[in-house]
Amino acid sequence: MRIERINIEEIKDVREGVDLALLDPLIEKFRDKKGKMIPLLQGTQDIYGYIPREAFEKISGETGLKLSDMFGVATFYAQFRMNPVGKHIVKVCHGTACHVQNANSITEAMQEALGIDDGETTEDGMFTLESVACLGCCSLAPVMMIGDDTFGKLTGTQAIRIIKEIRKKELKQNQPD
Amino acid sequence: MEQTKVIVGLGSCGIAAGAKKVYDRIKAEMDAEGLDFELKKTSCIGMCYREPLVEIIDENGSYLYGDIDEKRAVEIIQKHVSQHNPVKDYVVQTELFETSDNDFVKPQVKIVLRNCGYIDPEKIEDYEARSGYRAIRKIAAERIARLDVIQTVINSGLRGRGGGGFPTGLKWKFANDNKADEKFIICNADEGDPGAFMDRSVLEGDPHSVLEGMIIGAYAIEATGGVIYCRAEYPLAIKRLNIAIEQAREKGYLGKNILGVEGFNFDIYIKEGAGAFVCGEETALIASVEGLRGMPRKRPPFPAASGLWKKPTNINNVETFANIPWIILNGAEEYAKYGTDRSKGTKVFALAGKIKRSGLVEVPMGISIRDVIFKLGGGIQEDKKFKAVQMGGPSGGCIPDSLSDTIVDYDSVNATGAIMGSGGMVVMDEATCMVDVAKFFLDFTRKESCGKCTFCRMGTTRMLEILTRITEGKGEEGDIQKLEELAYEIKDNSLCGLGQTAPNPVLTTIRYFRDEYEAHIRDKKCPAKVCKSLLTYEVIPDKCTGCTLCAINCPVDAIDGERKGIHFIRQEDCIKCGMCFTKCKFDAILTY
Repeated sequence: MRIERINIEEIKDVREGVDLALLDPLIEKFRDKKGKMIPLLQGTQDIYGYIPREAFEKISGETGLKLSDMFGVATFYAQFRMNPVGKHIVKVCHGTACHVQNANSITEAMQEALGIDDGETTEDGMFTLESVACLGCCSLAPVMMIGDDTFGKLTGTQAIRIIKEIRKKELKQNQPD
Repeated sequence: MEQTKVIVGLGSCGIAAGAKKVYDRIKAEMDAEGLDFELKKTSCIGMCYREPLVEIIDENGSYLYGDIDEKRAVEIIQKHVSQHNPVKDYVVQTELFETSDNDFVKPQVKIVLRNCGYIDPEKIEDYEARSGYRAIRKIAAERIARLDVIQTVINSGLRGRGGGGFPTGLKWKFANDNKADEKFIICNADEGDPGAFMDRSVLEGDPHSVLEGMIIGAYAIEATGGVIYCRAEYPLAIKRLNIAIEQAREKGYLGKNILGVEGFNFDIYIKEGAGAFVCGEETALIASVEGLRGMPRKRPPFPAASGLWKKPTNINNVETFANIPWIILNGAEEYAKYGTDRSKGTKVFALAGKIKRSGLVEVPMGISIRDVIFKLGGGIQEDKKFKAVQMGGPSGGCIPDSLSDTIVDYDSVNATGAIMGSGGMVVMDEATCMVDVAKFFLDFTRKESCGKCTFCRMGTTRMLEILTRITEGKGEEGDIQKLEELAYEIKDNSLCGLGQTAPNPVLTTIRYFRDEYEAHIRDKKCPAKVCKSLLTYEVIPDKCTGCTLCAINCPVDAIDGERKGIHFIRQEDCIKCGMCFTKCKFDAILTY
């Protein structure tokens, strides 16, 4: 059932560091439009990477949408997140083609390499691991997507190597010259 | 002499395989060497298994190069373009000589995919040059009556390509019969079936054909507004659709008094789906467009009477719309020449899974499933034994090898217990466990059930529990019967297509692979060696090098052995996690 996707207790109450002014142009754009709820939530997620609690409250206050309706919609669709996500979102495809080509082994390798479970974010805020239904690159199964890059015909070892390379790059960037 | 053309396939698959790098490299080579040729982009060419693909068209004809990396790209540019010397070894398809992959192309009839791989999808001129927008121009110029347009679609025998198979022309007629000040036409591009990518390829490769189909539909039913409901997971398709809509507006194919037809006002906007499989159902899709939870509702009233914003609404799938311009231009009779008695025209299939040539094919209805898999698809990877093909995704079923002479046609496929669906064909070999596949689909439908109907919500959960138990070696006598009983209850007592079809993967696998279920339940064995809990792990002494990797990684310390000595798994302590099998670098772990 779809509501199971979100564990309410896990939703963190992040009150700091959210710049609500960023929402203003979005709210203006959709204020009088019919069917605005989903585009507003999608737009909010585009801004923050997730939908912060106070964004729900602000949108509700300014547009008259009911909080309960908004939460109902946000928990119904797979796209919406209520928690901050890592810098890199690792999406492991679990479509049919990937499943028969052993996508589980990719997820297992990622869980081991990142030390997190499906749906969680690493403590350093670098990676979020997700399983997705189908990325539509079935001929390259098994597939995973990190950011906009798609990696196909993977093995667990290759997938771990990709993560290691990203980590290496990040380390380099963070080191002062 | 015409300028040589070099065309790179930049669909999602191609880009994932590295086609963007190949394109950039060819561009760099062209600039550095000052070469004179035309470099073009196109989208999916269909041969996904050979990506990245580069086509070179010279004075002799077309050569399609496959598996092109940056190095090979430079080689074919130098040899073929500069020295006029085609690199035959890399050519996968051409009409000029025999190649390995010519038989992937020959049996195909391209109507829906008529432009995919031929045009730059971001250029409306490319589409127009291949008869694009000629159908709607013809309708406008000759002022063809709306009812005649609908009759042509009825006569063509086109049935809904999203999976339902309802006659498209009739659907249009119903929407036309209901009069209202506003009407809507919706394109369902929420391709939710895992394992299907036909619609993505059409949207990425030929977005204008879908727009033109919608514009013709709007003319026929007097729709005023159009919506394309597209998955957010398809960013490239959305980008190209946006470009196409903008271009169509500029050229006057969308807007007010389109092509001079007084009162023909129509525009299209894109609605990004937020990820819910149930939104493939018409009423759920409409709720989602309205910004609500995508929950189906009772029908009637059908959308043709009361749909989006309670106005008459017509919903068709991407592939259905892409057929329409061709039918109007070439005539219903020409279209109906292809196919069988009750299923006309062609069908696009996405071949995936354990098949040699995975990719996109368009074949006339009536071809046998065996021909699709073995002639076009080239057979099974590593020449393993073909076991079954899954058609119709979570709503469909598995068709076994013994029924692979079944022809592709709505009624014949339905008779097997599967459905035609939107066109995903996932091929499975002897190493695929059918109980595991059934469990996979049930897990999917359980998560995607909207929760409205109790039988769908609870029934799929209970079925999944039983299947999980079976795959973990805890199956009991009578489980198969319980699964069947639940399956029929769910089918009978669910409101929408999701629930009514959710048990199909289980029912078909029980019907055709009952012995596998029984092996799991009675013998506690998984014949395909997929269900880990049912396997026994043993060290093969001859292959063991004593590297200790398995013992180090065993989470329950069930492996004994000295460094450089042969290791041994204590079966009584083994929890069958498979870690030793994964970690061993010498294939020294035997499973049975």
